[in-house]
Amino acid sequence: MTAPAPPADVPARPSASAQRLIATLGGFGALAGLLIVSVFVVTQPTIRANKAAALAAAISEVLAAPDRYDTLYVTADALTRELPSGANAETAEAVYLGWRGEAPVGFAVVANGSGFQDNIRLIFGYDVSSAQLLGMLVLESKETPGLGDKIYKDAEFVAQFSQVHAPLVGVKEGQGNGLPTELVMITGATISSRAVIKAINATLERVGPLLAAYDVQEPRP
Amino acid sequence: MSPAKKPPPSQELIKGIWRENPVLVQLLGLCPALAVTNSVANSIAMSGAVLFVLLGSSLLVSSIKRIVPTDVRISTYILIIATFVTIADMILEASVPAVHKELGAFVALIVVNCIILGRQEAFASKNSVGRSLLDAVGMSIGFTLTMVLMGTVREVLGNGTFLGYSVLGPNYEPWVIMILPPGGFLTLGVILLVFSWVKRRSAARDKVASSIGGPAVQEAA
Repeated sequence: MTAPAPPADVPARPSASAQRLIATLGGFGALAGLLIVSVFVVTQPTIRANKAAALAAAISEVLAAPDRYDTLYVTADALTRELPSGANAETAEAVYLGWRGEAPVGFAVVANGSGFQDNIRLIFGYDVSSAQLLGMLVLESKETPGLGDKIYKDAEFVAQFSQVHAPLVGVKEGQGNGLPTELVMITGATISSRAVIKAINATLERVGPLLAAYDVQEPRP
Repeated sequence: MSPAKKPPPSQELIKGIWRENPVLVQLLGLCPALAVTNSVANSIAMSGAVLFVLLGSSLLVSSIKRIVPTDVRISTYILIIATFVTIADMILEASVPAVHKELGAFVALIVVNCIILGRQEAFASKNSVGRSLLDAVGMSIGFTLTMVLMGTVREVLGNGTFLGYSVLGPNYEPWVIMILPPGGFLTLGVILLVFSWVKRRSAARDKVASSIGGPAVQEAA
């Protein structure tokens, strides 16, 4: 049996040696690496700046526009201004203490939870002294368009997070008892609403004691 | 036997728009066509990324076609395509972070978009740089037109907006299903049906015209 003849417009080429195959793939691999690293070096500062600006805007929204904020890293037993040894500043868990003048406004805390489609990442403002939430903003979500995405598109649902007290209790419309911890869930997006509530409650259960124990009067560096 | 005569360069550009439209005729690139056409902005951004990757890959593949051994050509093409996709991903993240977030994993999935690899294997690896670039631009225009058409239908019906601006008024009750996955299949199916109908009608008309004109021309001669 003979091998099929190549199409008329493709010049017939003999099989290349192993060295040539390796050199070709190695050469293109090196060129690809060089190109990617060059673009990475050029774009990375902008990407970092965009992320920092997005975080600052989110903190400003959930803490009602503080004058400034401090970044505090979460360790096993306390909040610390210094980055724990061996941790990466971009990936280490942090909370943000907002200030208006010389008075603390509250903490902005990032929370994660499993939604209907995928992970939901959000940030919420929290006042430790009154155990009251100050606001909530969804940072990342792939919830169903038109249904689950109401967790950030439904202004009424989002507005509830600026007055509710922790721990949050989700109730269906018309079934609440008027308690300050109650939050009316979205009809047709109960799983997504509940995921937001669970994410906030779980995060507060974990870092709440650290927020309460942190001395906000600690001298600033 | 002399090699088949190549069509004029202008044909390489316009064939991808209608006669060989990558989505409607070749049925390639259906994954992004179904996944990201839930808004016009996403459709345009994805089309821009595909144009960039297709142009870059076609330029490079047509330039190096004589030095790449046949045995490793697919690996080399994938390496080249992946490089341009990574670059497009980083540029999108740096320049339009909101759109990059919306497109999610689908930018990275351009690596396995059949339009790109298909054009490298079927065209750029056998033709000159100029023709390959014209082919890439034509295919990208055809892809973009289809994506924007699908995005327009889905966003207008599913959200009542075009590029975020309300077009159907506040009383319009959106067909949420149109921006959900079933809406993608439904829209693509209807567009394919209409496209096929128009092509068949056009072919039938040409056939009738030639059967009427043929004998008349002979008689006159």
